Formats: sequence, C-alpha cells, structure tokens
Amino acid sequence: MQPPPAAGEWPRPPEPILLGVYRNIYATRRFELKCIELYRQGLIRGYLHPYIGQEAVAAGACAALNPADYIVSTHRGHGHCISKGADLKLMMAEIMGRATGYCRGHGGSMHISDKRVNNLGANGIVGAGIPIATGAGMGIKVRGTDQVVVVFFSDGASNNGVFAESLNLAGIYRLPVIYLLENNHYAVSTPIECATGCCDLAGRGPAYGVPGICVDGNDALAVYRETAGAVARARRGQGPTLIEAKTYRHGGHHVNDPGLYMDPAILADWKARDPMAGMRRAIGDDSRAAAIEAQVDAELEAAVAFAAASPEPAVEEFLAGIEDG
Amino acid sequence: MIEMMYREALRRALDEEMQRDPRVFLMGETIAERGGSYKVTEGLWHKYGPGRVIDTPIAEASFTGMAVGAALVGCRPVIEILFIDFAMLAMDQIVNQAAKYDFISGGQGTVPMVLRTQGGAGNGLAAQHSQSLEALFYHIPGLKVVMPSTPHDAYGLLKAAIRDDHPVVFIEHKLLYMTKGPVPEEETVIPLGRADVKRSGTDVSLVTYSHMTLKCLEAAALLESEGIQAEVVDLRTLAPLDKDTLLRSARKTGRVIIVHEAVKRGGIGGDIAAMLMEEAYDDLDGPVLRIAGRNTPIPYNLNIEKACIPSVEDIVEGVLRMG
Repeated sequence: MQPPPAAGEWPRPPEPILLGVYRNIYATRRFELKCIELYRQGLIRGYLHPYIGQEAVAAGACAALNPADYIVSTHRGHGHCISKGADLKLMMAEIMGRATGYCRGHGGSMHISDKRVNNLGANGIVGAGIPIATGAGMGIKVRGTDQVVVVFFSDGASNNGVFAESLNLAGIYRLPVIYLLENNHYAVSTPIECATGCCDLAGRGPAYGVPGICVDGNDALAVYRETAGAVARARRGQGPTLIEAKTYRHGGHHVNDPGLYMDPAILADWKARDPMAGMRRAIGDDSRAAAIEAQVDAELEAAVAFAAASPEPAVEEFLAGIEDG
Repeated sequence: MIEMMYREALRRALDEEMQRDPRVFLMGETIAERGGSYKVTEGLWHKYGPGRVIDTPIAEASFTGMAVGAALVGCRPVIEILFIDFAMLAMDQIVNQAAKYDFISGGQGTVPMVLRTQGGAGNGLAAQHSQSLEALFYHIPGLKVVMPSTPHDAYGLLKAAIRDDHPVVFIEHKLLYMTKGPVPEEETVIPLGRADVKRSGTDVSLVTYSHMTLKCLEAAALLESEGIQAEVVDLRTLAPLDKDTLLRSARKTGRVIIVHEAVKRGGIGGDIAAMLMEEAYDDLDGPVLRIAGRNTPIPYNLNIEKACIPSVEDIVEGVLRMG
C-alpha cells in the first residue's frame, strides 16, 4: 500500500477548486438538512439516507474530475450528485416525487442519475454500482477516449462479492476506474470491526494488482489530491486505484434511524473534525465563504419552491405508457 | 439460401454486427482465442482482436454488471454466460440494474446489451447445467427474451437483439448448436416480438419455442398421417410476446396446446393459457393444454433425464387425447 504523502508536501490547490469544494460541501449539508425537514413534514417519502458527515469525500473527489468523466453513486448519493454538478431544483423535485424531477418521479432519492454531467446514478442495491462502473471503464476503453470513472461505495459494499470480482477485472484490463471506498464505519448498523477481520480496506487493492491508498475522508483537499493522482494515472493508461476514505456518518443509516448503536464519544470526536468546518477554515476568508453560503441558501430555497410547485406524475399518462401484458 | 449450423449462424450475426458497428464488443468466459465452449465466437478474436473479444474470469455477476456500465456509456456489449444456470449469479445486475435503468432514470439512459446464454437438457449434464429458466426473465418488466429454434431465426434475431436499445436475454439451446438449416445469403434482421408459423394447420395449434419447435414439427408430421393438421407456432420471442399471431392461430384452430421444455409450474405456458382464456375464450373448442417439463431438477441418468422432458410421442398423444 502506498503511504499517504506527509502534510504540507502538496501545493495548495487553485482558488476555484477550494471555493468549489466548499460550495459542494455546504450545499450538500444544507440540502440534506432540508430533506430531513421535508421528510418530517411528509413531503418526502420512502427511504432517505443523509450524507451528513461524509460530504468531503464526494466534494473532494469530484473536484478532480472533468464534466465528461463519469461517476457511479450509492443509496447515500445526494452528495455525489451535487458535487458532480446537479441542478438542485431537479434533484429536489425528484426526491419529492415530482414529474419535473431528474427521473420524472420514477426514481426518488435512491435512483437519481444525471445524464447531463455523466452521473450514471445512485443505486438501491449495495455494491451493485461497482461492476457497472467497471463496465463504464471498459466502455471508455473500447471507445478509446481519455475519460475516467469514479465509483463511490461503502465499507459495507466492500464485503460484497462483486467488489472482489470487479477489482480483479479492473486489474486485468487496466481500466480507468477509481474505486472510492467511503469507510463510514457502519454497514446499516453493523460496525466495520464486526464485518471484516482487516484494518485498512485499501489493503485489498494490491491483492488484485490495484494500488490502494488510505486518506482522511473528512479532509476534502486530501481526498481531492489522492483522487487527482489516481485520475492522472488512469488517464495515462496506468489503470485503476482503490482509495479508502475514512469518514463517519453524523447520524443513523437513514432518516428514521436514530443511530443509538453509535458510540457517543466516538461520534463526538468525528463531529469535532467536521468536514464542513474544516473546509471553511481551509479557505481562510470568511467573506468569500459567506458569499457562497448565501448563494447556496437562495438556490436551495428556489429548489424547494420549484419542487413544491411542480406537478406529480399524471397517473393516466403513466399507465398509458405501460406495454400490455 | 445457404445451409449453416445454428452456431455458425450466431457467429455470422456477431461478425456482421461487429463489422457494422464499432460499439459492439463481446465478453465472456473462454470466448476469445478458444472461441467459446460451443464454438459460437470462433475466429472473432483473430478478426477483431483482444480489445473487442474479451475473455473474463469466472465472475458472472461482475461481467454482467460491466455490460450494463459499458452500455450506459455508449457501447453495445454482447456477453456470453456459458450456461443459463450460471446467470443466477448475475440476477441482481440483470433484474435490478439492466431491466430497471431506463425506467428509474426517467428515460435518461437505456441499456443496449445482449446477454447470450444457453439452456436445456439432453446431454446428461445434470441439475445445474440443464435448466430451462426463461420464465424467470420473462417475468421481469424491462427485459426482452428471445429463444430461436432455427439457424435462420438465430441469425436474424441476434442481429435485431444487438441493435435493440434495451437489454435482451438471448437464450440458445445446447442441442441446437449443431443443427443445420437454410439462412438467407443476403443480410437479414428479424424484428423481435414476431412469432413464426413454422407449419400451417387447421385442427390444433401447437404453441412452442426453442428446441421444442423441432419436436412439435416432428409430431405434426406424424399427426398428418392420422389425418390431423397441426399448426406449429414458434414464438421465437417470449417478451415481447406476439399475441396477434397467437390469437389468430387459436381462433383458426380452436384448440391450443402449449409445449415447452421448462417445468410446467410457473412456466410460460400457464401465462399464455391464461391470456388465451381472457382474450379468445369464445373461439376455443376446449381448454388450453400444456405439455411441459416435469416439476423436478434435471437428473443425470439419460433415461430419467429423457423422462422429464416432453417427447414427440407426448405431443402426439396430447393432441390425440384432445379428441
């Protein structure tokens, strides 16, 4: 396994990257809090898996990508979606089940995709996105472009068989895929130490000939740097990388899970290293951060208004589109 | 027309489509230099190279998922799962991913992939290499299911499957690969969703598909000597189902027997029978019958294996018993 570079070894990323990363972290945090509020009001139904606490992973990783690059997301996917460049209006409309949403109200929170920015979508099946991303990498290779794929998945997914198969496959064909393992330490409510005998999940990469890197998942710039390095290798034809970003959920598995199984002291430690506060400090300019926040707040307000004013899918129209038999 | 084997007809379809469309590529176990266990892809690796005819490790779940991903980024992958029994390892990717993407994305993307596989009994391959599992896929909205019985249909339908914008489960039969038949010299695409009346008759409709089509044609020839004109309707595509041709034949003969190798319970036959009851009840002269596989795993011993699968005699007797 490659050791992470020592602090201070990397140059500070350019200003637009810093501001963009903070924008996406802040937007995700506010978006998730708003979703929880709307859920409590009965305006959002079904499952809702907040990304609060993990925002730095998506924001840092997506900052290393071009618009033409692909991402594959998870059931806890709002942060990936926002960080790849989603329109908050279309996202909120989808999550509120409206006809104007990304998926015309067919998908909901667990199934948002965004073709415009090559977000191949979230997934309701843990681990299922891993082989899909691997295939996207194969498709890129067949088409001969220099795009890359980042697939987000969790420590839970890394114990599913397709993780092992896919890493092996990507290793064989040297596919341009970055496997971004978000180790949030819980698979639903099962702590990682009960789900695996190994310590650093990144260590599974070299077993398949894939470099494995551990990174602090609450440090967006560290995630950005490691992802950028992996992206550069992938574009050079040097194949896949497994990045394990260690992070933590600030709450339970989903909106109705109070997370009582989480150790309060450990949770408090992670909250003290809040990725949003950390990134705000990294910008080092309160007024610029505040300007971003005001802009996002307005955008979010407009998104909720747009979704609330949008029609639900028309039942007759929906049924008319179904093939007989 | 040229005479060719079923497997040669499949190969010709793959070859022509790969030639025509650079987005088409093949993945599967031992399909590359070795040409596949049933020799369908023989020669294609030499012609198109390892970039487009790709050997995979034994990892059905993930290489099926790879087809989904490659299709989503603009390719037209054709994967081969050596036995339909092994497709069970890939059910998440087939049922929850490939079949759903178009719908749950609100039409933002489709999955133009073909999953080629083969099923059926008859070679003493026992319970995990002999099943007829088409009903599992037929049941899933979002999947197309194709089961050709002749080299001509195998050729034309595989080309249509590759050109289709949606996932197609293309199920061959292991006893058909070496069968021969005429295939047009000129390029031919057979649209999905159209049954083919393989033999015209007036007294009874034998509705069937895949290898059982051959047995039904044999049975129809024997019945002719008894003075019974049996019509043989080869469905070719199970989903979408060609209801028009089915209903036309049922109304013409008034008597329908559905014949398939898959076990009777939960099979395609029950669904077609119900559909005919719902839509053609007044035109039927009697109940729709099913002649199908016995409700058992396929045994190894050839005698008892044979006893599980409808025979030509079973079909003849079934028709005669209808009276």
